[in-house]
Amino acid sequence: MSAVDAGAALPRQKIDIAPAFAPLVIALIAAPLIGSSSTFITLTVAGLAMGLMLFTMASGLTLVFGLMDVLNFGHGAFISVGAYVATLVFLPLAGWSQADSLMPNLGVIALAILASAAACGALGLVFERLLVRPVYRQHLKQILVTMGGLIVAEQLLYALFGPQTIPLPLPTALRGAFVVGDAAIEKFRVLAMAIGLIVFIGEAVILNYTKLGLLIRAGVENREMVEALGYRINRLFIGVFMAGSALAGLGGVLWGLYREQVHASMGGDLMVLVFIVVIIGGLGSVGGCLIGATLVALVANYAGFLAPKFALVSNIVLMVVVLLWRPRGLYPAGGR
Amino acid sequence: MTILSGDPPRGPALIALLILIVAALALAPFLFPGAKSLNVAATILIFTVLVASYDLLIGYTGIVSFAHVMFYGVGAYGVAIALYGLGAGWGVLLLGVIAALPVSVALALAIGLFSLRVQAIFFAMVTLAVASAFNVLASQLDWLTGGEDGRSFQVPEALRPGFRLFEGRLFGVELNGRVLSYYLVFAAAALLFLALLRVVNSPFGRVLQAIRENPFRAEALGYRTVFHRTLATCLSAAVATLAGALSAIWQHYVGPDTALSFSIQLDVLVMVVIGGMGSLYGAIAGAAIFVLAQNYLQALMGGLSAAAGAAGLPLVAGLLHPDRWLLWLGLMFILAVYFAPTGIVGRLRRSPESSA
Repeated sequence: MSAVDAGAALPRQKIDIAPAFAPLVIALIAAPLIGSSSTFITLTVAGLAMGLMLFTMASGLTLVFGLMDVLNFGHGAFISVGAYVATLVFLPLAGWSQADSLMPNLGVIALAILASAAACGALGLVFERLLVRPVYRQHLKQILVTMGGLIVAEQLLYALFGPQTIPLPLPTALRGAFVVGDAAIEKFRVLAMAIGLIVFIGEAVILNYTKLGLLIRAGVENREMVEALGYRINRLFIGVFMAGSALAGLGGVLWGLYREQVHASMGGDLMVLVFIVVIIGGLGSVGGCLIGATLVALVANYAGFLAPKFALVSNIVLMVVVLLWRPRGLYPAGGR
Repeated sequence: MTILSGDPPRGPALIALLILIVAALALAPFLFPGAKSLNVAATILIFTVLVASYDLLIGYTGIVSFAHVMFYGVGAYGVAIALYGLGAGWGVLLLGVIAALPVSVALALAIGLFSLRVQAIFFAMVTLAVASAFNVLASQLDWLTGGEDGRSFQVPEALRPGFRLFEGRLFGVELNGRVLSYYLVFAAAALLFLALLRVVNSPFGRVLQAIRENPFRAEALGYRTVFHRTLATCLSAAVATLAGALSAIWQHYVGPDTALSFSIQLDVLVMVVIGGMGSLYGAIAGAAIFVLAQNYLQALMGGLSAAAGAAGLPLVAGLLHPDRWLLWLGLMFILAVYFAPTGIVGRLRRSPESSA
């Protein structure tokens, strides 16, 4: 131990890199069990696409928790609303999505994503003001009230759109698969991966290279200190809440297209997966969220192929194993 | 007062309400003859136990579990599988209950040790995930649980509708197996409720409330909070299991929709909030009001919806449709959490004091 040198830079914070390799390890374990390389590639791509979609939905939730200690059980409502808004956009633009060329197809998806994100962001503002604001710092009431919000939102969707499942067919040019060697890679999954990656890179850039991101990260670490330095963390929080809701809506559009159908209960059903992702990743951490989402999706896809019955509980088993290894999740943020 | 563990309801309005409910339940077969009303009364009894055991967690210990109905399902399935597989008999019935209890407690222990160790808020998320996995599992394991169809089974002779305790009638009511089943459920529910009342008024119950109010302080005073929280989880799981067993005995049928679905969990949550968190008497009031509303208000909604449809208001008709019952329930639930967090019990208790 040398004496402290005032001129030297602060020692860099050690980054625990082991968890980042977990998805790779899972893939390496699964590869020999699956045997056929083409099946393995198909499953892995499907897993990565699903993982990035889950990440899109979950990252807002984890940031909201990290920043304000608010656990939003109603997050799933934004996923459903996003998907329903997409059906509203697809309906009048049927000509675009049925055209057999890529540009109008992508155009309609882009429009659907923008509309969903805008609608969910606005809804997030209402949700935050009406439901979350009055119960800050009261975990028990937060869980109850946001759960109530999820139920009400789901029922309103039923009342407005009817209880039936609404089809959301993929645009023509995005159907089918690329064939690489023997492996079939569905086109839409590539698009979903690309969008998910853009979201992740966007978040990483904002969080790491802008003043806004600096404040958010500081807020996650120590909210009181940021407030003491004169920043209004409440405004920051509303922004993050709205952005998180918009991302959930984006995720809902992707998921609806992936399943090619939309139902009001999809948000509530996906919440279970989103929670597992957030717990595995470590509450409040965007990087952990990405790794958690990838892990969950890869394990679900491999297990679905290798042992369909086991796939039903594979998420829970994965969560237990991860929590045994890292009790606070892979990358816990702040002092949590 | 020893039978109430020195914790009487307090407040004349509350006492009157509770006496009314309990008397109506105790005399239900004679006051309200008929299959539907008896079924409503038995459902109230079973849910009272389930909600009271949930209150031990959410109201007294301050932890939210979304897996409480899972334990209820374990009890129901335990009885169902035993009676279905081994034939009707009191011994088999008992075997089913005895087999279900350790399963529930072990599950509760595992969940508790995992998630309560880290952070209480994990518990809500972990229980949600585990409960949904368990639900899927139960509907997939056809050979054991009957899958989506569930299991119908025979109960012991004395509890079947065809059984007569003696020929003739008592106050104009035939004492058949249904009435006997009802009183079995009633006695078991009363016993379990009083036992829970004993638990929350014991030194252990006081520690739970201390943990709810301030976990750090409780820990500083030397109580192992994880131990107490986990024990509370296991206890409430065991009582929920028994409530599930009662429901199986009453319904002669167990399936994922009636014993495990998430909507039952939501119902229980609503009952505990409406009745009043942190007071077991709230369970009686909450369960009675909720089950009555569920069974009789939905018909009213249907009438209103049809009227709105006839008046040319399709959106209003959609909102009032009986299937949208959960919408109004959810709104009521949110308002109750905001404006009446102590529920009916809190309201009725407070009113005489504020006027005095």
